[in-house]
Amino acid sequence: MFPIRVQDLRFRPNGRAVLDGVDLELGDEGITLVLGPNGAGKSVLLRMLCGLIQPTGGRITFGGHEGAAPRSGVMMVFQHPMMIRASVADNVALSLKPLGVPRAERRARAMAVLERVGLANRAADSARQLSGGEQQRLALARAWLTRPRLLLLDEPTASLDPSATAEVERIVREIRTDGTRIVMTTHNLGQATRLGDDVVFMSAGKVREHAPLQRFFSRPASEEARLFIQGELPWRMNF
Amino acid sequence: MPSFSSTFAEAFALLWLFDQRVAEIVILSLQVSGGAVVLGTLIGLPLGACLSIGRFPGKSALTVLMNGLMGLPSVVVGVVVYLLLSRSGPFGGFGLLYTPTAMVIAQTLLVIPLMAAIARQVVEDAWQRYAEELRVMRFSWWQSVTTLLYDCRHSLMVAVLAGLGRAMSEVGAVMIVGGNIDRVTRVMTTAIALETSKGDLPLAIALGIVLVAVILLLNAVAFAMRAWAMRRYG
Repeated sequence: MFPIRVQDLRFRPNGRAVLDGVDLELGDEGITLVLGPNGAGKSVLLRMLCGLIQPTGGRITFGGHEGAAPRSGVMMVFQHPMMIRASVADNVALSLKPLGVPRAERRARAMAVLERVGLANRAADSARQLSGGEQQRLALARAWLTRPRLLLLDEPTASLDPSATAEVERIVREIRTDGTRIVMTTHNLGQATRLGDDVVFMSAGKVREHAPLQRFFSRPASEEARLFIQGELPWRMNF
Repeated sequence: MPSFSSTFAEAFALLWLFDQRVAEIVILSLQVSGGAVVLGTLIGLPLGACLSIGRFPGKSALTVLMNGLMGLPSVVVGVVVYLLLSRSGPFGGFGLLYTPTAMVIAQTLLVIPLMAAIARQVVEDAWQRYAEELRVMRFSWWQSVTTLLYDCRHSLMVAVLAGLGRAMSEVGAVMIVGGNIDRVTRVMTTAIALETSKGDLPLAIALGIVLVAVILLLNAVAFAMRAWAMRRYG
């Protein structure tokens, strides 16, 4: 699957350039943070990496093979995850259904992963009654259960309080330690510095910079990136 | 001509005494309409869900057709089923005409479009919210259908109730394919029509009261179940 190479990727629905020639290369480990202002194309890029949106130009190769994302091994967690009207355990076990795992085994594996995300005591509760942070942990557990090679996270902590955010970050680190490559979008620069190994900075549908985390924050290569960081700094310093 | 109040008094007396004729007609009605609703649920709900998430040529035309068939006249269905089941028809050999089975078939055909159209709308709303995540998890088309039907099960109760209401209240189709034969194919609606024409209004009113009561009771149970489910599952 790795390296993932994105070459001159374009997406122009109704003539509007959402992605305008994105080039990117992702290795097989670490956490990449995709940063940028609203409308930069971050979420669209993630959706293309997992095959939800087809580009109108350019290409993505996985381990040298061109085409759609591999049928297994790629998972994505959304800002507002799906919660069907069922128990927490059943919602988590859902991701194993397409893999043909028997029902009893699905249940057992779901319980094991719920233990790791701290939701085992809520397994029998309705998933829709969980708090926002708990729902996001459930979504991470659901993705983790399939042991994906690549996990895409689209602003998983947006609108969560600090303690819920910290819990999500702990789980993301654990998933990474388990050997999963993670690509994540966020507007939270504090979170980027806590989690990231490298940063992809996007604006207006282009990748302006792809750099190791420390270098991006200490010596941003573009003026746009510098302004973006400065705009967030006062908020970050409050902590 | 009996007075309005005396007719109702006699009707309630029939019910109070648990008249054997009334009981037989009510039981057969519930069996026929219940059977049609079960079949309609098994066919109509998945059909509606398939229509909501499927992408195929002619989907819009099929959706319009399905919506249009919601208002299908029951006598038309009755005539079509009659032709299919009559001796010269393609299924005449089964000898089903003027049996409760023929009535179940006719009512099933009546309720399928209604249930499918409601299910399509309910499932489509859920599909719009869940589509991306189900696709990321590599759910097959059929797995998506079953998952969405399960998720929407409480809302789909409306479709089942609408189907039951349609089945229990229709008279044209069951009259044609059932023949309204006493103690064989006589159900509440056909009995009400017959007894009214004969002038036996107390029995017609008694059956009408039972019909309305059954529909109200089922709706109340469904309402309570839905309220419980909404509290339990959100």
